[in-house]
Amino acid sequence: MSDNTKAGPEPSERVAIGLTFGNSNSSIAYTVDDKAEVIANEDGDRQIPTVLSYVDGDEYYGGQAKNFLVRNPDNTIAGFRDFLGQEFKAVDPTHCHASAHPQEADGSVSFAVKDKGGEEAASTVPVGEAATRYLRRLVGSATDYLGKKVTSAVITVPTNFSEKQREALIKAANDADIEILQIVSDPVAAVLAYDARPEAIIEDKIIVVADLGGTRSDVAVVASRGGMYTILATAHDYEFAGVHLDQALMEHFAKEFQKKHSVDPRGNARSLAKLRLESEAAKRALSLGANAQFSVESLADGFDFSVTINRIRFEMVGRKVFEGFNRLIEGVVKKAGLDVLDIDEVIMCGGTSHIPRIANNFRGIFPESTEILAPATSATAINPSELTARGAALQASLIQEYEATDIEQSTHPAVTTVKHISNAIGVITVGPNGDEFTPVMPIETAVPARRTVRIAAPKEGGDVLIKVVEGGTHIKVTKAEPKEKAEDSDEDSDFDSDDEDEEKREKIWKVGSLLAEAAIKGIKAGGQVEVTINVLADLSVTVTAREVGGKGGVRGTLSGQ
Amino acid sequence: MASVATVMLPLPALPSGWSAEKDFKAVGHLSEAVQRSIEPVGPHFLAHARRARHKRTFSEDDRIQAQESAKNVEDGDESDVSEPEDPMMLQSEAKDWKSQDHYKILGLSKYRHKATEDQIKKAHRKKVLKHHPDKKAAQGRVDDDQFFKCIQKATDVLLDPIKRRQYDSVDEEADVEPPTKKVLQKGDYYKLWSKVFKAEGRFSKTHPVPSFGSSDATKEQVDEFYNFWYNFDSWRSFEYLDEDVPDDNENRDQKRHMERKNTNSRKKKKAEDNARLRKLLDDASAGDERIKRFRQEANAAKNKKRLDKEAAEKKALEDAQAKKEAEANAAAEAEASAKANRESSKKAKEAAKNALKKNKRVLKGSVKDANYFAAGEPTAAQIDAVLNGVDAIQAKNDPDEIAALASKLNGLTVADEIKSVWSGEAKRLVDAGKLKDGDVKALA
Repeated sequence: MSDNTKAGPEPSERVAIGLTFGNSNSSIAYTVDDKAEVIANEDGDRQIPTVLSYVDGDEYYGGQAKNFLVRNPDNTIAGFRDFLGQEFKAVDPTHCHASAHPQEADGSVSFAVKDKGGEEAASTVPVGEAATRYLRRLVGSATDYLGKKVTSAVITVPTNFSEKQREALIKAANDADIEILQIVSDPVAAVLAYDARPEAIIEDKIIVVADLGGTRSDVAVVASRGGMYTILATAHDYEFAGVHLDQALMEHFAKEFQKKHSVDPRGNARSLAKLRLESEAAKRALSLGANAQFSVESLADGFDFSVTINRIRFEMVGRKVFEGFNRLIEGVVKKAGLDVLDIDEVIMCGGTSHIPRIANNFRGIFPESTEILAPATSATAINPSELTARGAALQASLIQEYEATDIEQSTHPAVTTVKHISNAIGVITVGPNGDEFTPVMPIETAVPARRTVRIAAPKEGGDVLIKVVEGGTHIKVTKAEPKEKAEDSDEDSDFDSDDEDEEKREKIWKVGSLLAEAAIKGIKAGGQVEVTINVLADLSVTVTAREVGGKGGVRGTLSGQ
Repeated sequence: MASVATVMLPLPALPSGWSAEKDFKAVGHLSEAVQRSIEPVGPHFLAHARRARHKRTFSEDDRIQAQESAKNVEDGDESDVSEPEDPMMLQSEAKDWKSQDHYKILGLSKYRHKATEDQIKKAHRKKVLKHHPDKKAAQGRVDDDQFFKCIQKATDVLLDPIKRRQYDSVDEEADVEPPTKKVLQKGDYYKLWSKVFKAEGRFSKTHPVPSFGSSDATKEQVDEFYNFWYNFDSWRSFEYLDEDVPDDNENRDQKRHMERKNTNSRKKKKAEDNARLRKLLDDASAGDERIKRFRQEANAAKNKKRLDKEAAEKKALEDAQAKKEAEANAAAEAEASAKANRESSKKAKEAAKNALKKNKRVLKGSVKDANYFAAGEPTAAQIDAVLNGVDAIQAKNDPDEIAALASKLNGLTVADEIKSVWSGEAKRLVDAGKLKDGDVKALA
């Protein structure tokens, strides 16, 4: 992936950071002692708006540039990340309406801004050049903060970034003298940020990553198997995102203002820009507190406007968008061929994920066993805005000591494309209702893989049979009745039916085809058996079973197909 | 890998009659797998990539990784190699601490000013373990603590940044003597001098210190080097060589005198050091072939400019000359041709005049030949009339017509024929209205 044209710095001289280059906001992160820290820029922003503005030949970026959307919209470039490497006819200029408009130049996208100062005519800035300028500023901030020249970066992109867009991004970064070590997808970076916490336990789980950003929402279902991540399904939405909530708030405030002063602030571009900036600020404030103050001086016709809004009202005006998020997340789970019961974790990232309503809605969609990692529902959640940058920084710290060619070889499809088992592998244990399937290696595990479990032997010891079988799941729906029929079969399905739901859904394991049988003889009372299942790349299976603390054991191999 | 999970549900008991070779019975195969791309991210992927690229199995990889991490730890311990101890050094007395080589005492003479604090601490600990008086006492050598005191003093100096800097300032062991001419003849000029300046560079307040470079250094590099060194900002000081100032309160004057003396001697030494460095630089630059080369190149460039300019001027001059000549030539030619034209036209005119005269003579001759159209001796009046008529006709005709008339008359001798020609001519002129009927009666 790091097909840099020029030779990058030596691995020992690299200073690598993690970059999230978003359409609305960007962040930079750095790792100190294996802990990722998000860096604040000169203005003290950790979420740096992806905006460039030119005033009299001076370049502004980030928060300062964003404020120029009110006074200097024509020379302010915003929302340009998604245009990188795209043809003009393929881009959606909606989000640039209140800033410099994208123009066609040689089939690609460019902006006409007065970036030279004086009375000169506007010069044409291709989107790649804009990205280069912006990245240079970002890395400049990181360099100032760290006191060391930043040479390399891992950068995150949405999963649907095309090869051409990635190339354009790498080129833009190289032009800004930054070596791109690797391009990482946003959802995986978010998962990595959580998995890299010291208290995190690496286990097999299925994670939904909801990346709710400013101008787009991307959700992905990621299978995490022994710390290796496979994306099972993705969905992208440009209709329900942060700006649509801003829009809803703007409508609301505009109507209030109109009622009071009978002037429509939406009629005038400058009033509209003020309204937009303040609506966004109010939205952010409502994620933290139950009330927010909306106040703009001279909103329209010289009238000041100040009003408070509470969270309930906000949730009402934004209901349509919130419901859109719900549908999006339900859709992606379905697209992956899974059920909400299969999902172990929901990671919410992106600025919009701060909104408590969204997290609470998701809480309602998924069963109790699913952990929703958002500030509103989990005390240990990491700031959703910083997740991807942290993930990128962690990845950067992992790979910065490798040669660029090593990185390229390791990320080569020959290494990354592997077989994933299509059925879970487990052993038969005895439950209260007869034989039960106990998964050892779950479905969608990338091979080669190795899993070890310890299973209790019968209380009295003796000889035991180890039946290695494939297994699948199905969702059992039972009408809620006073008495529970089935005991919970595993951790995923301890779904209590103490609410008013009419039916109870649970995940039931189904025993599939038998793979092998093995016997361990003469186990002591209260002993345990350790079973290791090792699946190789050619799908051959090695089963090793031995008594814990005992000698010898049984070992056998199933040939692959 | 994931930690070992524990399952509480018990395994089934072995049914009676179950048997298999080595207690294992392979029954089925795994069902078809799905090809998917794993995301190349995270420590576990790195492990996967390592295994895939080196074709290792899990257990092999675990073993190799374990070995590698174990080796790393060992490397860290082995970083300090102890130096052999000089028996003379072991005899040193603690009271002579000013003259002792602190680095050598601690076994760090290889590192000297580059030794890190950590290295010094470790070296100190090592030496203490070896030379502690209690250990000597165990061997029966009581009161043998001189070298131990030396070690403590050395550590004292080297672990105090200020004292260490003072010691480093006068640590001549770290100096590299400038190469002599003899040595320079044999060895690489640049290598030898760069060692000297590298050693001197330890006194620089600003970093990085530019290196002397090699013979193929660019002019910028060489200039930077000499600029840096001629403006060298040194932290070197000579407090370490101060004479001891008496520490009692008895003789204040003596104390002040000593202090003044020390300050002066420091200043003097500093000045000497600066002069020494300057001389070093002068020596180095005097033999520096690069500077000569650059000067030559600069001269060549300058000369080239001058020569170019001269050539250009010369060429311009020549061009101007050539242009002038060409102009003169053209003018002369034009004049010559005009003259020729004039002459030829003059000649033609004269020829025409002559021809006219001749023709006129022919005309007059013809009437004379025709005996003035009179029978017998013509009278003067007759002659006069005929000649008047001829004159009149001549006057009215242009030279060409006269020539034509002359050609008609030429050769005619018979009077009648001549007369008819004349009368024809007179008639033509009368018809053309050039003559009146009566004007040339004599010829009609």
